[in-house]
Amino acid sequence: MSILFVLVPLSLGLVLLAGWAFFWAVGNGQFDDLGSAAWDCLRDDE
Amino acid sequence: MNRCFHCDEPLQGSTLTAHIDGRAQPVCCHGCLAVAEFIACTGLTEYYRLRDAPGAKPESTASAHDRWAALDRAEVAGQFTRCSGELDSATLVIDGLRCAACSWLIDRALQSVPGIADVSTNTATGRTRVSWLRGRLSLGDVVRRIADLGYVPHPLSDAGALELQQAERRDALKQLMVAGFGMMQVMMFAVATYSADLAGEVMDASLLKFFRVVSMLVATPVVLYAAAPILAGARRNLQTRTIGMDLPVAAALLLAYCASLWNTFRDSGATVYFDSVTMFVFFLTLGRFVQMTVRHRTTGVTDALARQLPVCAHRVDCDVVRDVPLAALQCGDVVLVRPGEVLPADGELLDSQAAIDESLLTGESVAVNKRRGARLAAGALNAGHALRLAVTAVSDNTTLSHIVSLLQRAQTQRPRLSKAADLAAARFLQLVLVGAGLTCASWLVADPSRAFAATLAVLVVACPCAFAIAIPAAIAAATAQLARHGLLLTRIDALETLARIDRVVFDKTGTLTHGDIAVGRCVTLGTRGEHDCLRIAAALELASEHPLARAFARFGNSLRAEHVRTVAGAGLEGTSDGQLYRIGTRDFVAALRGAAAPSDATKLIGTVVSLGDARSELALFELQDTPRLSARFAVAGLREMGIAAEILSGDDRAAVAALAAYCAIDQYVDRQSPEQKLTHVQRLQAAGQRVAMVGDGINDAPVLAAADLSIAMGRGAALAHASADMILIGDDLACLPEAIRLARRTLRIARQNLIWSAVYNFGSLPLAAFGLIPPWLAALGMSLSSIAVVLNAARLLPRAPAADAGSGSPQAVLS
Repeated sequence: MSILFVLVPLSLGLVLLAGWAFFWAVGNGQFDDLGSAAWDCLRDDE
Repeated sequence: MNRCFHCDEPLQGSTLTAHIDGRAQPVCCHGCLAVAEFIACTGLTEYYRLRDAPGAKPESTASAHDRWAALDRAEVAGQFTRCSGELDSATLVIDGLRCAACSWLIDRALQSVPGIADVSTNTATGRTRVSWLRGRLSLGDVVRRIADLGYVPHPLSDAGALELQQAERRDALKQLMVAGFGMMQVMMFAVATYSADLAGEVMDASLLKFFRVVSMLVATPVVLYAAAPILAGARRNLQTRTIGMDLPVAAALLLAYCASLWNTFRDSGATVYFDSVTMFVFFLTLGRFVQMTVRHRTTGVTDALARQLPVCAHRVDCDVVRDVPLAALQCGDVVLVRPGEVLPADGELLDSQAAIDESLLTGESVAVNKRRGARLAAGALNAGHALRLAVTAVSDNTTLSHIVSLLQRAQTQRPRLSKAADLAAARFLQLVLVGAGLTCASWLVADPSRAFAATLAVLVVACPCAFAIAIPAAIAAATAQLARHGLLLTRIDALETLARIDRVVFDKTGTLTHGDIAVGRCVTLGTRGEHDCLRIAAALELASEHPLARAFARFGNSLRAEHVRTVAGAGLEGTSDGQLYRIGTRDFVAALRGAAAPSDATKLIGTVVSLGDARSELALFELQDTPRLSARFAVAGLREMGIAAEILSGDDRAAVAALAAYCAIDQYVDRQSPEQKLTHVQRLQAAGQRVAMVGDGINDAPVLAAADLSIAMGRGAALAHASADMILIGDDLACLPEAIRLARRTLRIARQNLIWSAVYNFGSLPLAAFGLIPPWLAALGMSLSSIAVVLNAARLLPRAPAADAGSGSPQAVLS
């Protein structure tokens, strides 16, 4: 079971990484408008 | 399918067709025809396949173009644009933006214009941010392009509020994410610990300690960061010595957190409650997030003013007309108001006569004649000739601003039912504190060594977590469900009121009716047939800006009229097919053939318009506002539930009575000014009734604010939205009874939740006080009680997503 003492901090590190990525995405405006993003693929198809 | 291809409204006899992708599609008016053909010629017909709500019904496009001409001038556009490098950018509020396909259409249509640097349209907020190369384009070009698509754009001079909202949303998202991630992590360790306990195994002491420290590390940001708004709210409550839900919630949160913190370091045997704490914070944050989203969707009062007033005024300086921003107007200035334009400020009429449509202010659906010296209000529409106005009041002193402040005052006087719930939570907290004190005292006497542990258990077990989530969870679920029915909730406590309504008061124009004047009946008097008469009338009225002229637009055809002359307050005169015709009041038409107006009053109600040539009178048209079909269903549904319906209108008796008969409403009051409407509603309230008001105009705004519950029509004035508790997005009145039923169910579920959480809390309190609850059961009970409450609330959500596909907005006609 002592492997947990390594794995748990590792998982915490991953959570921190995910949290940082999410904060960056929010700050970058990725979540400001969830409605129209799905239509973007239809935008430049001429 | 007798519906318009573009806006999905009934065709009502229109024979116009638009050619989309090689197929002829029926449209209801010239406006829709122009928009559909514009969309077709820019190659964006994909829109019709993608949309899930019908298109916006455009205003007459001819006048819209002149309206934006001033935005081509740098000094007027300057108040709305911001410069950065060689780019200009502006934020526009778009009226008529219904679905994601709309924003796709706007983005595509603007991007194809050379000179546009960037466009982003936000469906959620109904706003577009555009930036373009200075010199290549002007704000006017951008706005006109959007107007061509059938939407009504309004440039926003103050984008600050928008950025504030965006910042708030981003913060809330981060907090929600921290709480969610934290909850999942902590729960992982908690489940491991509990399953060991349940299996009767003893966990390695060092591992247990390690799990606790890690849980603490994860739970700390959840409490200090994600729950920060709750803690701040509680501190405000303390500072102002008011009682709110935040206070007991924050107290429970901090107690459970601090107790767990203490147990982590002090004693390896005692329980920690980090799992309950994080879950609690997550559910609370989720509820707050839903509420914030609801709040942001509605427009503020400043937005409303931006929509109501024109972008500039035409000031007359020594016979030179100059376009100036509204802010530059001063009392005593003379301004020119062209036909079809909105008055920029309050003022005195300088011309001998003018036709003014004050429907937004007074609710009168017909233009009224004003004489020299008459006081005119900002926000009214000039329905006749160009007129000159001596400005008497600007910005904050105008009648419009006065109505806004009336509105703000009425809003603050609103009775707050939700205070009762806050009070109950605070009482409960007091009870728990007293219980904890008693426990502590008793154990000190019986067995001092167990006093601390037992007291902590009482405080944590009895913390009103489920109690605090009980109501927000039910309301969040109901809000989502209402939105599917086309009702937007703008104030959270409105649901409670909706469930207890005794009487629904409807405004007439725009609420029970469509708000567009249409030709109700046509009586032919001469040799010409009905179809011919309507064609001639349409040809004459095509050139007119008068609001009544719109009624004839759908009968438009190849017939054209020449030399059309407007006689203010009387009618139009013009030649068509070599014949001279007049349309307007009966006196005016009779004067053409040199006779007096016939006095035989044909039995016509509403506004009567006469058509005649040099020899005889050809036809009489009865102009009426068409009633909404859904109004009948709504009233029938309300009666079934024992709720009274009533009409409160500014129109005259005949029109109101006819509509009341149509909708099967037996109570109605006619000729009411905004003040009279307000006193009428207040009198009903004084008689002990809970009144819901449904309205659409600015004149309804004060009444809407004073009623126990206010519902605004989705296409109504933005000011009415600002003062409403709920907005009927699809303008479908028939969903009202369904909404009331849902609100009653919500209240029932909220009550069940409250009872369940109270039973749990009060039941566990004595057990914890006697030290009978094992640690794992205490934590499990706390979490399960919260989950039970959330699951019960989830019953309000629709079961199968497929079930509502047909009941929502009409689908696009194309297959």
